Amino acid sequence: MSEYYQNLIEKLSSRFGDAITGSSVQFGEANIVVDRVQWLALATALRDEADFAFQEMIDLCGVDFSEYGDGVWEGPRFAVAYQLLSIKNNHRLRVKVFADDEFPVVDSVVNIWSTANWFEREAFDLFGIVFDGHPDLRRILTDYGFIGHPFRKDFPLNGHVEMRYDPEKRRVIYQPVSIEPRVNQVRVVRDDHRYSDRMIEES
Amino acid sequence: MSEIRNYTLNFGPQHPAAHGVLRLVLEMDGEVIERADPHIGLLHRGTEKLAESKPFNQSIPYMDRLDYVSMMCNEHGYVLALEKMLGVDVPVRAQYIRVMFDEITRILNHMMWLGTHALDVGAMTVFLYCFREREDLMDMYEAVSGARMHAAYYRAGGVYRDLPDRMPQYELSKWKNEKEVKRLNENRQGSLLDFIEDFTSRFPGYIDDYETLLTDNRIWKQRTVGIGVVSPERAMNLGFSGPMLRGSGVEWDLRKKQPYEVYDKLKFDIPVGVNGDCYDRYLVRVEELRQSNRIIKQCVDWLRRNPGPVMLDDHKFTPPPREEMKGNMEALIHHFKLFTEGYTLPAGEAYAAVEHPKGEFGIYLVTDGANKPYRLKIRAPGFVHLSAMDEMAKGHMLADVVAIIGSMDVVFGEIDR
Repeated sequence: MSEYYQNLIEKLSSRFGDAITGSSVQFGEANIVVDRVQWLALATALRDEADFAFQEMIDLCGVDFSEYGDGVWEGPRFAVAYQLLSIKNNHRLRVKVFADDEFPVVDSVVNIWSTANWFEREAFDLFGIVFDGHPDLRRILTDYGFIGHPFRKDFPLNGHVEMRYDPEKRRVIYQPVSIEPRVNQVRVVRDDHRYSDRMIEES
Repeated sequence: MSEIRNYTLNFGPQHPAAHGVLRLVLEMDGEVIERADPHIGLLHRGTEKLAESKPFNQSIPYMDRLDYVSMMCNEHGYVLALEKMLGVDVPVRAQYIRVMFDEITRILNHMMWLGTHALDVGAMTVFLYCFREREDLMDMYEAVSGARMHAAYYRAGGVYRDLPDRMPQYELSKWKNEKEVKRLNENRQGSLLDFIEDFTSRFPGYIDDYETLLTDNRIWKQRTVGIGVVSPERAMNLGFSGPMLRGSGVEWDLRKKQPYEVYDKLKFDIPVGVNGDCYDRYLVRVEELRQSNRIIKQCVDWLRRNPGPVMLDDHKFTPPPREEMKGNMEALIHHFKLFTEGYTLPAGEAYAAVEHPKGEFGIYLVTDGANKPYRLKIRAPGFVHLSAMDEMAKGHMLADVVAIIGSMDVVFGEIDR
């Protein structure tokens, strides 16, 4: 499988040249990183050209890399990861597009894959990534009137507000969250386990 | 003449045909839908964010609660992603057990779907029959994991324990007399595999019953034929998968096309629809029931003949047996380390998908070498299918919306995550 995807990546690089800024084959899957400015043109080609024929966009999600590897990350903070699937050729591809830190904007692919509509709304809701050209960029999963983007790494797991019924005011009110954040199991980064070495040897 | 205006109608969130907590804002011209705008997120629990704060194994029970009518299939997707990153191969017996329980889960899910879909459209009887069969299937869950629904049975490296040799039996009580207990225990005399085999021999007859009630039923056909038609091109563009895609005539099933576990060793067929309407999706799912039954039979047969381990014997990420811990220092350390810290995965990213009863259920995992995921994304098939609601409902009557929701097989645990 890895060999097949290696070939696919070579085909992609020779076709799109410098629009692809990075690529790898890991765990038998093909990854490419695409330049943000050229993404829309490349996406259209990925769907329409017979060699690639990615008719389906299976998934789209935002990733916040700000705390990756406990702060060793140097690239842009936000990324949008697309999982593409070709039913015709029976292969998959993962595309990552990075966005700027301050005001992340990525071109919307709604006109290429209609699925992107809700997925982009979700990524906007949870990460605050704006999709340029999206017809209806509203929040989707969080509450009406929610403030902030909850899946960003600087957003606490407990949130900022909690909701309760106030018998005096006779309505539901929001108040600052009263539960203390706690860590039950500490995050530990280890690279002494045997599997990673074996994976590197294989790839 | 007075001005004619469209009006908006709120459908749900507490409507029995909304299958949970769907709030649908419908813009209507008389009784015809002009625009359908589903408002989701009323069941949003932030599963993905919660998973980021927990070691890998502790997120397995969360997976049960995503699509809470096909619990083990969700676990399967997650566990496959972990195993892909660990780079381990699971014992064959565990693979067969997983496949068998995936198919049991598929029947469990389709029974729920068929019952509620028929109930929404007006056929009460099917609902009662379906839930009778679900009872047996949940007994199988209970026998193997101790829980009737949220099993938490799959683990990275296998399944938690082997199939029991004895099927639990009913006991005399205030509510069940001797005669009743005897009747209920009739097929519970042997092992779990005997019970499952008994079920697989009865089940095709049950499917015939449902089909007698529905397939040629005039009212059922009037309500479903030609409703919510999706062309194969649109189905692919809308990201459909599973029975929704096959109902539109695209032959695509991950169990065949990108086989995982032992699906490539089993014989089964993929049913494909023609017209892409609610009726074809119904036919596809009913045929899937028969095929699942066929797969379970083959698995039971194999499992009888081939005893063996069901969990990898590598205690870096699977717990050592209790008795070993009493006398072996290394086993004790492994146990302590595993349950206080968990195991770490190599840095990188992976996507693993399974053919879930509803479509493609995928887990996208990003890790940085820690004992917790850096980012976990759950690709829920229902989310994608519901997003096509507007396109499918446009131009149909209000009553057809109910049939369309039913044929999508939506469950809000996975859509809102």
